Amino acid sequence: MFFKFLLRRLIYVIPTLLITTLVVFSFILLIPGDPVVALLGENATPEKIAQMREQLGLNDPILVQYGNWLLHAIHGDLGKSIFTGQPVFEAVTGRLAVTFQLVFISMLVSVGLGMFFAITSVYFPNSVMDYIARFISILGASLPNFWVAMLLVVFFSLTLNWLPATGFISITENTAGFFKTVLLPAISLGAVGMAVITRHLRSSLLEVMGADFVRTAYSKGVSRWRSIFNHGLRNAMLPVVTTIGIGFGNAIGGTVVIETIFAIPGTGQLAVNSILQRDFTMLQGVVLILIVLVIIINFITDIVYALLDPRIEY
Amino acid sequence: MSIKEVMRRFRSERLAFVSFIFLLIISIVAIFAPLITPYNPNAQNLSNILANPSFSHWMGTDNLGRDIFSRVIMGTRTAIQASLFAIIIPLSIGVPIGIIAGYLGGIIDDIFMRIVDAIIAIPGILLALGITAALGISLWNAMIAIGIVAIPQFARLARGQTLQVRTEPYVESAKISGAGPIWTMFKHIIPNISPPVLVQASVNISFAVLAETSLSFLGMGAQSPQISWGSMIQQAYSMINLNPWLIVYPGVATALTVMAGNFVGDGLRVAIDPKLKKL
Amino acid sequence: MTSKEEWPLLEVKNLHASISTTKGNIIPVNSISYSIKPGEIVALVGESGSGKSVSALSIMRLNAPEIKYKSGSVINYKGKNLLELKEKEMRRLRGNEISMIFQDPMFSLNPVHRIGKQIAETVKLHRKVTPKEAKDIVLDLLKKVGIPDPERRMSNYPHQLSGGMRQRVMIAMALACQPTLLIADEPTTALDVTIQAQILTLIRNLQEETGISVLLITHDLGVVAEIADRVLVMYCGKIVEEGTVDELFENPLHPYTKGLMASVPELSEHSKRRLETIPGSVPNPLELPKGCNFCDRCPYASEECGEKEPVLTKASAESDRQVACWYPLGKKGEINHYAKTSNFS
Ligand SMILES: Nc1ncnc2c1ncn2[C@@H]1O[C@H](COP(=O)(O)OP(=O)(O)OP(=O)(O)O)[C@@H](O)[C@H]1O
Ligand SMILES: [Mg+2]
Repeated sequence: MFFKFLLRRLIYVIPTLLITTLVVFSFILLIPGDPVVALLGENATPEKIAQMREQLGLNDPILVQYGNWLLHAIHGDLGKSIFTGQPVFEAVTGRLAVTFQLVFISMLVSVGLGMFFAITSVYFPNSVMDYIARFISILGASLPNFWVAMLLVVFFSLTLNWLPATGFISITENTAGFFKTVLLPAISLGAVGMAVITRHLRSSLLEVMGADFVRTAYSKGVSRWRSIFNHGLRNAMLPVVTTIGIGFGNAIGGTVVIETIFAIPGTGQLAVNSILQRDFTMLQGVVLILIVLVIIINFITDIVYALLDPRIEY
Repeated sequence: MSIKEVMRRFRSERLAFVSFIFLLIISIVAIFAPLITPYNPNAQNLSNILANPSFSHWMGTDNLGRDIFSRVIMGTRTAIQASLFAIIIPLSIGVPIGIIAGYLGGIIDDIFMRIVDAIIAIPGILLALGITAALGISLWNAMIAIGIVAIPQFARLARGQTLQVRTEPYVESAKISGAGPIWTMFKHIIPNISPPVLVQASVNISFAVLAETSLSFLGMGAQSPQISWGSMIQQAYSMINLNPWLIVYPGVATALTVMAGNFVGDGLRVAIDPKLKKL
Repeated sequence: MTSKEEWPLLEVKNLHASISTTKGNIIPVNSISYSIKPGEIVALVGESGSGKSVSALSIMRLNAPEIKYKSGSVINYKGKNLLELKEKEMRRLRGNEISMIFQDPMFSLNPVHRIGKQIAETVKLHRKVTPKEAKDIVLDLLKKVGIPDPERRMSNYPHQLSGGMRQRVMIAMALACQPTLLIADEPTTALDVTIQAQILTLIRNLQEETGISVLLITHDLGVVAEIADRVLVMYCGKIVEEGTVDELFENPLHPYTKGLMASVPELSEHSKRRLETIPGSVPNPLELPKGCNFCDRCPYASEECGEKEPVLTKASAESDRQVACWYPLGKKGEINHYAKTSNFS
């Protein structure tokens, strides 16, 4: 039953994948003038232009071009970097692990702290924690992530000298080093998500705690903690699951900025570099893979939602 | 619900109303920026670099001796322009697409919704980045990209409203009496769609300012001598050892504007549907 | 019926609950006193907004936090004043000795937990049981409340059950720890008529089986006639009449009680006739009329009624009947000493 449900949802994902990849692919149409000239620069030799034209398949109609590109993409062939000649797929996947670690920790920060603030603020109404949570949920969502990053760097790196301002150590190399280097970027990346989750979960939890079934729980002799954790939270989390999924997508988008600030060799930095180097195939590849990642996460979000809510029939 | 009623209730949402006034002031400042700035924001004064705030330089000067206050004021222009792009482009492209799709219904509508849903799933900043890269790096192109990214939301909104209005009896009767169907739709949908579009527009101000400063920060928006809070923060960051305060002014300006957009959006949402008033 | 000892299980004295709002003070429960004996089914009736739920939730101490009790309010349960218990002690009583079922079974069960788990939770909170024992208790309870195929049903979620089934589950949950007092707040109001009868019969049967005391809240006198022993009639936060079911239906003393009876189809004497409702509506709790709160709607009211408020007093020497009315009705609904033309049946 559940397997069938998974399959059905998976089939639903396919058109989304096709459309988003088509969008990414058609970026090339937006390049003004002759894209090859734009890519190679004004003084490229005619042979080089012809070769590139062939390589990009620009002589075919656009849908054929897309079809070919997609076919190759499915086989893990996203072409070669215009700038370095390196295969795009390998370049991107090689950096994916770094970005993934960063995004994962940042999601732990936003979900963990978001839930913590929301729950404590509901449990201790009008307490200091409640005010902190409300303050965060109002202001946090409006802070630009790169600005948060800088404030953190000024404070924790430059003033206190606790954590490094740049660089990244993978968890596979050195665990302590990993947490030292990942903390500031992860917090900057997760701050907005944390604020949004705090806000959303708080209001959802407040609403649920006034529901009839929570009163029933109290009438059974349940304590306040238990009523929140056993009865309120799971119901309140349902709408927040979607928020978390969106937060994941935003965090992946945010890596573009955060990895640049902290000089983290992930896919976000790769995207920025390839734009500055006018490495269009590389950019296409990065964006494509990041979007596929986002779609996978949305898919997982859907499934988690269905698992949490028994009213959804598989 | 009439737009008048919404406005009346909106006025009683204090935080939102103050934010609205703030945005209004920012816009006026943006229009008259060159008249307001005490200095030429790009004028260098190498004998007075990284000066602390004083009466002559309210926010101090940067590494080239430029007056920060004047630059923050000029930055409002870029931010407000980006916001306008993020409202006008989707309004003039997204809304018509949504109305037509909603009106035609059937398979065209299905396909349309799939496309919109798929594009909305792409993180906005990635999409804007890709479009900017393709169009060529410039502030103008960054703003166009920001506008394009905002199209699907408006299209979805317009389509939803159209589906609601389409079945209303007065639309049916207008059809029978021979009024052009698309025209009828526009005539009846525009007033209905206004409140939610206003919400979306103010949320888009936040998105636009965030996206513009981010792109400028990455060097893909404002190019010197254009001035953006994002590029100011970027320049300040390279000097952060010398004077960490430099990141504060453009950062606070960005944060306040984004916040104002969000607050106005929240306030409008509550004004449209008072049941939401909980936080 | 099981034997009824004379000492009360629950004794409510001068219970006074108020809420201060921006527009003024609301007093949902205004100094009411009553008691419930072991094994007794006491019905609390009155129109919507008369304060039934607030007074019932006071016993559980589950009223909204903005509802405050005036000092001097006492709810003695087995000799202890519940209003003075520590929250922790109170929790030990809830679901264990005193339990409650609510009006709308649609929303009273947690939608994300299996019903078996929800019933077991009550047991686990108050008894040391192994999972196996808990499961057996749950199965037993489900059987007792008449749910077919309990083995399968216990792993259902609330949305998979009908309204009647859900109310049965609520009852099972309430009875899980063999409480001594069951508070049922309009347990049948949200159900279909046929299901209503089934649930009432179930409550009645379970009561006879276990000897539990029941405080049954309803605005339907038909329900009262069916299962209650004694009746408290509430109006605007006060008890206006009290008596056994037989006494009350035989001879309602308060015009309000009579009005309530006239509005129940099975009870009105000429059932073919159009049902009568009490004229007017429940007064705004912020602007209660002076004197007797019912005087605006009472066909027998005199000028005096609008000036002085009647207090609840014994109506006869030989029974416990009480009424708060200046002109209680006599036999067969005739007014005792003072007659005005009647609009009631
Ligand atoms: N939390 C609260 N805040 C404000 N007023 C309240 C609150 N709870 C109850 N009241 C008021 O107290 C009065 C009595 O309410 P209560 O719920 O006890 O009535 P009831 O007799 O149970 O009516 P019903 O038959 O509709 O359930 C009503 O006027 C109600 O508006
Ligand atoms: Mg009630």
